[in-house]
Formats: sequence, C-alpha cells, structure tokens
Amino acid sequence: MREIEYDLIVEKVKEICMDANYNEPDDVIERMKEFIKKEESDVAKNILNVLIENYRIAKEEKIPVCQDTGFAFFIVEVGEDVKIKNGRIRDAIFEGVRKGYKEGYLRKSIVNDPVFLRKNTGDNTPPVIHFEPVQGDRIKIKFAPKGGGSENMSEVRMLVPSDGVEGIKRFVIERVQKSGGNPCPPVIVGVGIGGTFDYVAYLAKKALFRKIGEHNPDERYAKLEDELLDEINKLGVGPMGLGGRTTALAVHIEYFPCHIASMPVAVNMQCHAARHKEIEI
Amino acid sequence: MIKIKSPLDEGTIKVLKAGDFVLLSGIIYTGRDAAHKRFIEIINKGEKLSFDIKNSVIYYVGPTPPKPGYVIGSCGPTTSYRMDKYTPKLLEIGLKGMIGKGERNKDVIDAIVKYRGVYFTAIGGAGAFISKCVKKADVIAFEDLGPEAVMRLEVEDFPLIVTIDANGNDFSKIGIEKYRRV
Repeated sequence: MREIEYDLIVEKVKEICMDANYNEPDDVIERMKEFIKKEESDVAKNILNVLIENYRIAKEEKIPVCQDTGFAFFIVEVGEDVKIKNGRIRDAIFEGVRKGYKEGYLRKSIVNDPVFLRKNTGDNTPPVIHFEPVQGDRIKIKFAPKGGGSENMSEVRMLVPSDGVEGIKRFVIERVQKSGGNPCPPVIVGVGIGGTFDYVAYLAKKALFRKIGEHNPDERYAKLEDELLDEINKLGVGPMGLGGRTTALAVHIEYFPCHIASMPVAVNMQCHAARHKEIEI
Repeated sequence: MIKIKSPLDEGTIKVLKAGDFVLLSGIIYTGRDAAHKRFIEIINKGEKLSFDIKNSVIYYVGPTPPKPGYVIGSCGPTTSYRMDKYTPKLLEIGLKGMIGKGERNKDVIDAIVKYRGVYFTAIGGAGAFISKCVKKADVIAFEDLGPEAVMRLEVEDFPLIVTIDANGNDFSKIGIEKYRRV
C-alpha cells in the first residue's frame, strides 16, 4: 500500500483548477493556427486571431482564458494499492476546488438548487467526479472546467440499430448546425456511441479529454471522425456563428458495446476554450 | 472600423449595418439571466431600475473576480438567447443596444426593428482580451447574485460586430449562408 497525504491531493487539485483555466492547450492553438490558413472569411480570420491573442494574454498574466471557468468536472483513476492518509479523496477534491476557485480568482458558477432557489454556492462546489478504480499505486486526476454555453448545446439521442452510420452522422451534424454561434465555435465535438442512456453522455465528455490530432484507435471510428469534421466544416457556421469555414477544430468519438435494441448517441459540445489538464500523484 | 459611443443615439443606430466591425466606448451595464428576471419583476411592479435604461447598452456577461490591481477579471459575452424572453420589454422602455453571442429569436428581432435598437456580437471566449477594454467597473445592483450582479462598466474601444441592425438584417444568417457548402 502506498500512502498519499490528503493535503497533497488538495494542493494538486487547487493547482490544476487554476492552471487549466489560465492555459489554453497547445494542441488547440496549433489546430486553430492551421485552420486560419484555410479560412475564407475575413470576419472569421479576424475572430480567430483575437482568440489566439486572448490565449497569450491569459497565459502571460495568469488570468482566465474565459470568464466561464466552468463546472468543475473530474475523472479520477484511483490505484487499488493507494491509501489516503488523514482524510478521504472525495473531500480532498472538494477542498481543492474551493481553494483553486478562490485563490485563483475564478468565477463561481454553481447554484445550489436547479429549479427553485438557484442560490450561488459561493465556492464552485460541488464538482462532478467520476471515480474509476485501476491497478497500481498512483492516482490520476483529469480535470476540465466545463462551460455552460457549450454544455447547453449538447444532446443525447436514443438511436436504434437500423439508423446506422448515416443516422449518427445526421444527428451529430444537425446538432452542430442548430447550435450556431451559441457554443462559441470553433468547437470540439465529443461524440459517445453505445452503452446506456447515462453512460453514452459520459463517453462523449470523456472524448473531449483526447488531444487534438489523436484519433480513435479503431480505424473505422477514426474514419468517421474525419468524415464528420469535414461535413461539419461545410456547414458555414464559422467562428461565433457569423459565417466561415472553421466551425469545428476536431471530432472525437468514444464507443462502448450496447444492447441489441439500442444505439445511443451523445454529442457533448466543447467551446474553443477547450481547457483540461491531468496530473498523476 | 467604426468608432461609436454609448449611450447610443439615433444617428449612430442609423449608420450601423449588420456585419460592421465597431469599437464601442462609453458606459454600458452588465446583466445576464438572474438580473434580467429581476429587471422584469421590477418593471412589472412599476418600480424604477437602478440605472437609466433610455438609450443604454446591456452587456450579457458574468465576469471573473478581478485579481489585485485589476479593474475586472475575464469578461467575455455569455449566450444571448437565454435573455430573449425578457428583451422585447426592455427595448420597449428604452434599451438601445445589447452585447452577447449567438442568435436571437424572432420576437427580439421584431422588437429591435420596432424600437430601433441594435444587437452586437462580442467575441466569445476572449474574456482576457476584452478585460483590457474595461477602464472602470462598479457593482450597482443585486450584489447578492455574485457574478450575476449588475455592474456599470466604462469601456474603451470594445471590439464588436453588428449582428442585427435596426432594419432587422441578421448577420449570423447572412454569414452562414455565404459560406455554406451543403
């Protein structure tokens, strides 16, 4: 058994909350620069150049890339040979979020009750945490501050086997088209296919953690990612939905076995401020 | 690039065309979901808002807290359609301009034409960049709402794109149509 101090986890979580919000991932910036060259609209080019300048300012001054510093979303892989000393891992993550959002001057965007009171919790808790037990004596913490604008444009649809690849394509493309400028395009489109009603949405979100330029290891799904990206960028939506060739920077698919009656599909939209970070303890 | 001032006057409204890039300077007010709900409750009770809405511009934003030494934190636009339900009433009583991102519904476009207003897009996700245009920021109402409180902002050369002009031209539709290849 390897012992890991509660306080160390708090500190690490605090740091990634801040780091992720100040630093746009390099792979996203690189893809954007690559796509500016192909962009036909001057308005679009102008917007993309402002975004690149924005990432530079945020990184240099350690201020958030976007004012929506998100719902704190975590995937935590906990090694079976790890014991947390002086506390519980769940509490440590809550505490890290509380500290990170306060000390990092991040926005507190969570209300306590979705319908009636809607009172801000004041410290951006609770986070959403998915724990996955893994072999070994390490803890891997993956964090993404998920913005509300792009999350609102996401959808789960229970397709059936006869809908096939064409049905999936229609749904994903329609979802991006209907979203227009709302999710802050250029977007990254996370797609989950298979599993159950709840699990397919998790797959779509998990897909957003993948580095741009990396495909699904299964070449049939990788091909589908390319085809979807190509067709989405023919929609004309463009940066901020004001027209252009650059609507999506990437499409990432994650799949899972599913029931003989079903073919669930989820689309999790991610704005261009595709912030995420992971650390291993 | 057209330079304009807020509060807006009819002379300015008249020249703005969907698709124009503008730099806005002057006084604007922040307000998003929760603040809009309260604006309408106040108006329906026949009470006064905490700022003069006549010819004013509302910016849909909930900034991050400022770091020490900063006027404001990151402050890019939030998605506008969530304010659609409340907007026609505000235009009716004198609001002239709105700054946000994304499309507006037909009721809002009709009200923009009827009351001669304008809808601007600010660059979403450029919160750090936009914060440099804000010279002064004061909370003037609903402090209890935290990031959703209403602020009075003094801005200089805030870059915007005219998206719906007073004639009801919608640049999001025009732009997308132009680059559609399907």
